[in-house]
Amino acid sequence: MDEPVPVKRTLGGWTLIAVPYVWLLIFFLAPFLIVFKISLSQIAVAIPPYIPTFDLASGWQAFIENLGELSVENYLWLTEDDLYWKSYISSVVIAGISTFLTLLIGYPIAYGMARSPQSLRPTLLMLVILPFWTSFLIRVYAWIGILKNEGLLNQLLLAIGVIDEPLVILNTNIAVYIGIVYSYLPFLVLPLYASLERLDGSLLEAAEDLGCPPWLAFWKITLPLSLPGVIAGCFLVFIPAVGEFVIPDLLGGSDTLMIGKTLWTEFFNNRDWPVSSAVAVILLMILVIPIVLFQNQQQKIAEKEA
Amino acid sequence: MPDHPPFIEFRDVTKKFGDFTAVNNLSLKIYEREFFALLGGSGCGKTTLMRMLAGFETPTSGQIFLDGQDLAGIPAFRRPSNMMFQSYALFPHMSVEKNIAFGLKQDKLSASQVSDRVEEMLRLTKLEQFAKRKPHQLSGGQRQRVALARSLAKRPKVLLLDEPLGALDRKLREETQFELMNIQEELKTTFLIVTHDQEEAMTVADRIAVMDKGELVQVATPAEIYEAPNSRFVADFIGDVNLIEATVSQKSASGTRLESVCEGLAIETDQETDAGIGDRVWYAIRPEKVRIAHGRRDEDATNQINGLVWDIAYLGDVSIIHSKVGEAEKDNILRATFANVSRMVENPITWDDEVVLAFDRDAGVILRG
Amino acid sequence: MTRGPTWFNVTSLVVGFSFLYLPIVLLVIYSFNKSRLVTVWGGFSVEWYVSLLHNEQLLDAAWVTLRVAFVSASVATVLGTAAALVLVRSGRFIGRSLFSGMIFAPLVMPEVILGLSLLLLFVAMDQSRGFWTVILAHTTFAMCYVAVVVQSRLVGFDKSIEEAAEDLGCPPVKTFFLITLPIILPGVVAGWMLAFTLSLDDLVIASFTTGPGATTLPMKIYSQVRLGVTPEINAVCTILVVLVTMGVIAASLATRRQQVQKERDERTAFGAEG
Repeated sequence: MDEPVPVKRTLGGWTLIAVPYVWLLIFFLAPFLIVFKISLSQIAVAIPPYIPTFDLASGWQAFIENLGELSVENYLWLTEDDLYWKSYISSVVIAGISTFLTLLIGYPIAYGMARSPQSLRPTLLMLVILPFWTSFLIRVYAWIGILKNEGLLNQLLLAIGVIDEPLVILNTNIAVYIGIVYSYLPFLVLPLYASLERLDGSLLEAAEDLGCPPWLAFWKITLPLSLPGVIAGCFLVFIPAVGEFVIPDLLGGSDTLMIGKTLWTEFFNNRDWPVSSAVAVILLMILVIPIVLFQNQQQKIAEKEA
Repeated sequence: MPDHPPFIEFRDVTKKFGDFTAVNNLSLKIYEREFFALLGGSGCGKTTLMRMLAGFETPTSGQIFLDGQDLAGIPAFRRPSNMMFQSYALFPHMSVEKNIAFGLKQDKLSASQVSDRVEEMLRLTKLEQFAKRKPHQLSGGQRQRVALARSLAKRPKVLLLDEPLGALDRKLREETQFELMNIQEELKTTFLIVTHDQEEAMTVADRIAVMDKGELVQVATPAEIYEAPNSRFVADFIGDVNLIEATVSQKSASGTRLESVCEGLAIETDQETDAGIGDRVWYAIRPEKVRIAHGRRDEDATNQINGLVWDIAYLGDVSIIHSKVGEAEKDNILRATFANVSRMVENPITWDDEVVLAFDRDAGVILRG
Repeated sequence: MTRGPTWFNVTSLVVGFSFLYLPIVLLVIYSFNKSRLVTVWGGFSVEWYVSLLHNEQLLDAAWVTLRVAFVSASVATVLGTAAALVLVRSGRFIGRSLFSGMIFAPLVMPEVILGLSLLLLFVAMDQSRGFWTVILAHTTFAMCYVAVVVQSRLVGFDKSIEEAAEDLGCPPVKTFFLITLPIILPGVVAGWMLAFTLSLDDLVIASFTTGPGATTLPMKIYSQVRLGVTPEINAVCTILVVLVTMGVIAASLATRRQQVQKERDERTAFGAEG
């Protein structure tokens, strides 16, 4: 019987909830509030490099006074300097294009895995997961040697005579696309494979039995039923790709604008903490939409399965 | 038995889950050494009732007593009852021995006491040769026996069995039912079994409580429940039954006469009823108590009706014959069991035969609701 | 799906897996390159591995990274397992959706935001940054991954097994350690491994939250990569890749063998019943 079970909670039960809860409140939620607060502060030549700093020791009165010094100036600055909004737009565009490319490459892989013999599937699955365990940085680094002007790809293409002079790929957006597709491919293949593998083979047999040719059966049966996996996979690529730093920094060029990189530069090179905080807040606001959509979709899948 | 004080008593127990009332103001007494069955469909509250006794659910109101002790506030791990779970709930990482010893170790028994008791239980459940195996190395029937041994090892005051045989196939289930009865006889422990399988309840139990929608419908011995159900629900739930709608036409000291809705069927019974003349009642009669033969009935005879064979379900040992009775357009069906006592019958009853269906004065019961 | 693969399926698998593995294979091959020019093959050599042994900065960074990863993975495993238990078992409580939100958000949150926010927290707390702040940061995001891994193991858990233990007289906390933990252990171990590698790999969060004297290996690699590709970095990366790959393969072989053994046992058990 599936009845809603109200849980009797002992002291131990409360401790179990409290410890991870408090940890996350301190190290996850509180930092965001601080980011938000600092995004309303002003840059200063001081340590830490912003004012006002809220010093609890100076009491309630000072707190109220400090409150008055907060301003939305940083946010106005973000709208004035076109570097920022161009970064946001370019991040979303680059992430979108990369997600689409990942889907184009990932779908055939997931489909091939789902169609392969049962005995082979665990091995294939592990082969997809394995790169995920190896360092992100290393995997991105590996592409530098391949893509640069005197790199392996150009050597190969020159050797077989496809091109006469080296292609410039490294330090362009193309390299960034390659990097994102490569790094996030497992994130797309895994949920997609899961939904394709669950697909009942007799559905396709039924479709063919009713006179539907295989290619049409794929279009009418397989594709629609794998859609939840497609959506989940695309979200899993798109969301982190928007805020990506390592890939545009190592593979992209100076004209590759991505917001993660902009934030990094603002923070480490310009040491403008308030503005980088404002950048983070806006980035988060942009990402909240896909994150919530993704959560809803996952919820729906979970409910359907229950 | 009822002159003893009850061993287990549910007193006005109600259990609600949110808006849903699983058990509704239920009172029940179970006596020592009884093999007692809670029988009902899914969602009738039988499992909840048992889980409250085990301590996994807390009653919303009411009290539960075990051997005179109010169980309120006593957590599951301190209660003197043990449970055999529907899924068996064997500890997958422990061998058969360790599973059986688990409860004993919680009681801080000495190592020799533990191993003696484990051995005894292994013998009782014929598992000696499997002592070192892990649960996944056992067949379904063996797992079931481990679960039984584990829950009996602590010599509980009452053994709770939650659909204990549900996962076994039919043949093994029947064998195990008898094994359970033998073990109960040997240990003289009180057994409380929850099941949805009426045959199982009838086979193993001394008394059965039939439950529906969180309430007790009838509490009686298997024979009483079968032969004298107190309601249409019980009559229909236990076994196969013909329920004939009728009105009371005569009442006397020697019995009652009913006029059924089937044209031409008047029923005379020895049973007295507190229904008044003209009241609507149901006459419940089991198919095996209906005699069937070729021919037409005597004019004006009671407890007889003409029928036309409509359907025959051949089950091997018996055939259930469905005959159309009464007005043709009404689709009234009366079922009769025909025992296939000989292999070849010269003139067998077959489809579209005209038959007469008859039964004795004491064959059925009058039900008011 | 049950039907056999077509040529198209085989081709896409071959091309797909080549794409996934070729860059890493090339990286490994060129770590044995004699030439300092990474992209020109100058003959086989292990000299870059030898020179690694003398690169004390790199070795220091590796040692820091291992310690950070070990401590943060261990703490994260405890916290994450607790969080998973709360998510699966604790029913409704006030702030439950905030709690589950905080568990799932770090999985999709850009690392730059996580790093920045934690750094600002440490500044606000007037905490000097270094070894321990990196551990705190890594623990926080790794515990969320552990929670998700352990949660998936807990969801398929037959709760009546715990009830059986309680029914046999075992109090709840003891039940957790005697029954629940051993059964979910594979999930907990997988969670620890994931937390360990996440910490090992992390560049962005560590860069924000670290301080003087606590440079991690990815930070070291990153700063050298920015200066250009060197065979020495290839060698470091090769060692990391080989270690992680061996760990993952060993772990998955172990689980696979357990599974096969279990299936075989089950078959014989049911065969014996007859």
